[in-house]
Amino acid sequence: MKWAVIVFPGSNCDEDAANAIRDVTGDTCDLVWHDATDLNQYDAIVLPGGFSYGDYLRGGAIARFSPVMEAVKKEAANGKLILGICNGFQVLTESHLLSGALLRNDHLQFRCEMTELVVENNTSPFTMDYQIGERIRIPIAHGEGRYVTDSTQLADLEKTSRIAFRYAANPNGSIEDIAGVISPSNTILGLMPHPERAVTEFMGSEDGRRLFLSMHRYVEEGAHLATANR
Amino acid sequence: MKTYSVEVRVWLKPSVFDPQGHAVEQAMHTLGYAEASDLRIGKYMQLTVQAESEAEAELRTQEMCERVLSNPVMETFAFTLKELVAE
Repeated sequence: MKWAVIVFPGSNCDEDAANAIRDVTGDTCDLVWHDATDLNQYDAIVLPGGFSYGDYLRGGAIARFSPVMEAVKKEAANGKLILGICNGFQVLTESHLLSGALLRNDHLQFRCEMTELVVENNTSPFTMDYQIGERIRIPIAHGEGRYVTDSTQLADLEKTSRIAFRYAANPNGSIEDIAGVISPSNTILGLMPHPERAVTEFMGSEDGRRLFLSMHRYVEEGAHLATANR
Repeated sequence: MKTYSVEVRVWLKPSVFDPQGHAVEQAMHTLGYAEASDLRIGKYMQLTVQAESEAEAELRTQEMCERVLSNPVMETFAFTLKELVAE
């Protein structure tokens, strides 16, 4: 399969994401500049971490209007897998591809540390290689990672099992300890922690590998896999 | 075409915790301003808008605020506009 990692002006985890994807899956992965208008050739699209457009106005607010986002929306509608990590998650919420919003951490600190996540869902293309209730270690690095959403949407996320991961110890004040959410289509995941920073032993955890491997397996072996666990 | 000077204010919805405002309020209390409370920090933006009429300028500004300048999920906004008359 073929992956695209979108590079916005200000992305700084793009190379890390691409390297992790190549190492873990053995797949081809291109870095794609934000002015691209056609992403049809890719099976999965990753919006990486960083500070797109300096995070001016709001995190992800300007990136949302990048030409490439039209192509991302088109591929999202086609059912392609879209993964937004950290700033990529902010871009996805600003684009309304995922519900909710990300705000300044409640304690105002920028947190860069290993966190423990609880896997809440294993019926998505991103999480099917994990076990529900499993605790995994994935690092965070953000100042604006406090996920908020209204009570109606929160109830909907809970009811439809679209909360992918929760923090075991909430590092930013996110509502209901939410660390990552999935779209109603089940094909878009946004998460604040960085799975690309947990793919090899020297990083202190390899728990991020299975996220990329799940996506790989979903594309290579068929969409039926993600629902097999239901 | 007329030119309008527009001032936009954006702030977090009352239901959303504002850590910046909270931190500043705490600092104010530490400095002895115990009478200050409910401090919230927002954003102020100014721009000029070209339009045929005030109604049109208002409509366009409303759209800008809803689409770009604020995120309706967590923020509210208000704006004022004033026609700029060449001297």
